[in-house]
Amino acid sequence: MSDPKPIERRSGPGIVVRGDDIDTDRIIPARYMRSITFAGLEDHVFADARCTADGTPKDHPFNDVRFEDASILVVNRNFGCGSSREHAPQALMRWGIRAVVGESFAEIFLGNCIAMGLPAVTAARDAVAALMDTIELDPSQQVTVDLVAQTVTSRAGTAPIELPESARRQLLEGSWDPVRTLLVERDAIRATADRLPYLSGF
Amino acid sequence: MGRSLLDKVWDLHTVRELPSGQTQLFIGLHLVHEVTSPQGFQMLADASLSVLFPERTFATVDHIVPTDDRARPLADALAEQMLSALERNVSKYNITFFPIGSGHQGIVHVIGPELGLTLPGMTIACGDSHTSTHGAFGAVAFGVGTSQVRDVLASQCLALQRPRVRRIRVEGALGLGVYAKDVILHIIRRLGVKGGVGYAYEYAGPVVERFSMEERMTLCNMSIEAGARVGYVNPDDTTFAYLRGRRFAPQAETFERAVAWWRSMASDVDAAYADDVEIDGSRIAPAVTWGINPGHGIGVDENVPKLSELPPDERITAEEAFNYMDLKPGQAIRGTPIDVAFIGSCTNGRLSDLREAARVAKGRHVASQVRALVVPGSEEVRRQAEAEGLHEIFKAAGFQWREPGCSMCLAMNPDKLIGREICASSSNRNFRGRQGSPSGRTLLMSPAMVAAAAVEGRVTDVREILG
Repeated sequence: MSDPKPIERRSGPGIVVRGDDIDTDRIIPARYMRSITFAGLEDHVFADARCTADGTPKDHPFNDVRFEDASILVVNRNFGCGSSREHAPQALMRWGIRAVVGESFAEIFLGNCIAMGLPAVTAARDAVAALMDTIELDPSQQVTVDLVAQTVTSRAGTAPIELPESARRQLLEGSWDPVRTLLVERDAIRATADRLPYLSGF
Repeated sequence: MGRSLLDKVWDLHTVRELPSGQTQLFIGLHLVHEVTSPQGFQMLADASLSVLFPERTFATVDHIVPTDDRARPLADALAEQMLSALERNVSKYNITFFPIGSGHQGIVHVIGPELGLTLPGMTIACGDSHTSTHGAFGAVAFGVGTSQVRDVLASQCLALQRPRVRRIRVEGALGLGVYAKDVILHIIRRLGVKGGVGYAYEYAGPVVERFSMEERMTLCNMSIEAGARVGYVNPDDTTFAYLRGRRFAPQAETFERAVAWWRSMASDVDAAYADDVEIDGSRIAPAVTWGINPGHGIGVDENVPKLSELPPDERITAEEAFNYMDLKPGQAIRGTPIDVAFIGSCTNGRLSDLREAARVAKGRHVASQVRALVVPGSEEVRRQAEAEGLHEIFKAAGFQWREPGCSMCLAMNPDKLIGREICASSSNRNFRGRQGSPSGRTLLMSPAMVAAAAVEGRVTDVREILG
């Protein structure tokens, strides 16, 4: 495992997926999870929204050549609801997404994003709407998510962003992957186990 | 000021506060299945880590198992590969595994309680969002992603933020033909699909207190559909009676000591809640969803809402739902023709669910154009149902009687909708494409309502059949 590098900001062209309550089944349909690795998920991100049953491409931002170099995904409310599948943020990240800006996220999805070092930040509804509009008008522009200044900047201007302070700190420190931290105090883990009545015959 | 169960369990399992501000929380029980674990085990190996408490992890296979021919190798090579990977991992790390044919294989959220693995006062994690089910026992149970599966394997801990607690009291009494499924769909409609983000839901009140453990599991199961990662019911005599004698539950005099401790973990009467909601159970009707998320539930006697009747911030999704479902605002939901009926899932695949469905199916027959499946939640549920003769009732009524698994709830196995088929389903999600066809449609309802829809060939008010 390589040591994660701190993430202070992410910049790149944006891509817009409009709609509230976009669930993780929509981001990656379950049939593409029949695998023991995450490899190749990028080919199926938003599969059913992008193609008809016979494989004909539909009008969808992830099919649009104007967005093919995008790395900043902009979404609306409650993005990533439903299944806990980490396959969803994995598919997005493997496709090239490096940060997600939305009005709000489902809790497990947000946790999965942070655990992978994929900043998922929220902005006010008006700010998200302005960001979506400007990206669609000019997909080549740079969008910058700045975790230090806590802003998102585009040609529409600069708007404040939010994320849980713990997540922000982990991303800025490069400490989002908690597994090493969790193992630092093994004695404390044992001590906790030892005081649990159900692990010691009540 | 007293404390809630959530706070008691949280404090007891806190290893330490992390520099990030999160809590390092010890996880008392880890449940593993074939879909979200292989990458977790691989991450573990890549980091040269091992499983810290192998005796606290239990595994089964549920998502990809066929419900007809389960002979090895499985016909689907990808499914076989996933099952083989799980077998290798449990063997490598000495994890207890309940394989196909063991008598205990089944949906992970059905077998945990059934085996007495799930106990009050525990913390539980599983790489599946419906882990909230286990909260029915007064456990604090989280659905997690794959990186967190690895975290639990490696450290038996998770880094988490303590949720606030919203108490939801269901008052009064439920009417005939109204079930736990209808209660939770009503709650999600009322509080919204994202209303529970950041909260644990504590279900309380006389309706919940009278619920059996299986009903409580249905209720807690769909907490995540309300946005709440955790849902729970305080443990009581119903809980203890269910647990007595189960394989992994404490036995004999240990059980009595356990009961005393379990009782002490329930929320104090003067516990403080971040929010308190009251629901009148007597006003809840059998529910049906008309849209594309579980917040789109209405009583079977109601009409699909008009846009103007919905809060402005729900209209975007509602318009998408009308188009996708091909239902018109203002039309009756009752009478909607169905193509498929699915009874099963971690929400409603337990014995009492099958009993209620069988009550409706008995002496009737599935409508000619309807394909109807009954998929028990576990091998144990299947065995008990057969001992009662439920399978004969279903088969005589034209239902297919299948082997246990997740099946058509998420269609990772061969059980799928085809094309635009519309399915009356006892499962938990009506998302677009959820049941295996990218254009397939799902109407969520209770098992009894699914059985009623199956025999009538259209959405039917089960109260007319039971009454």
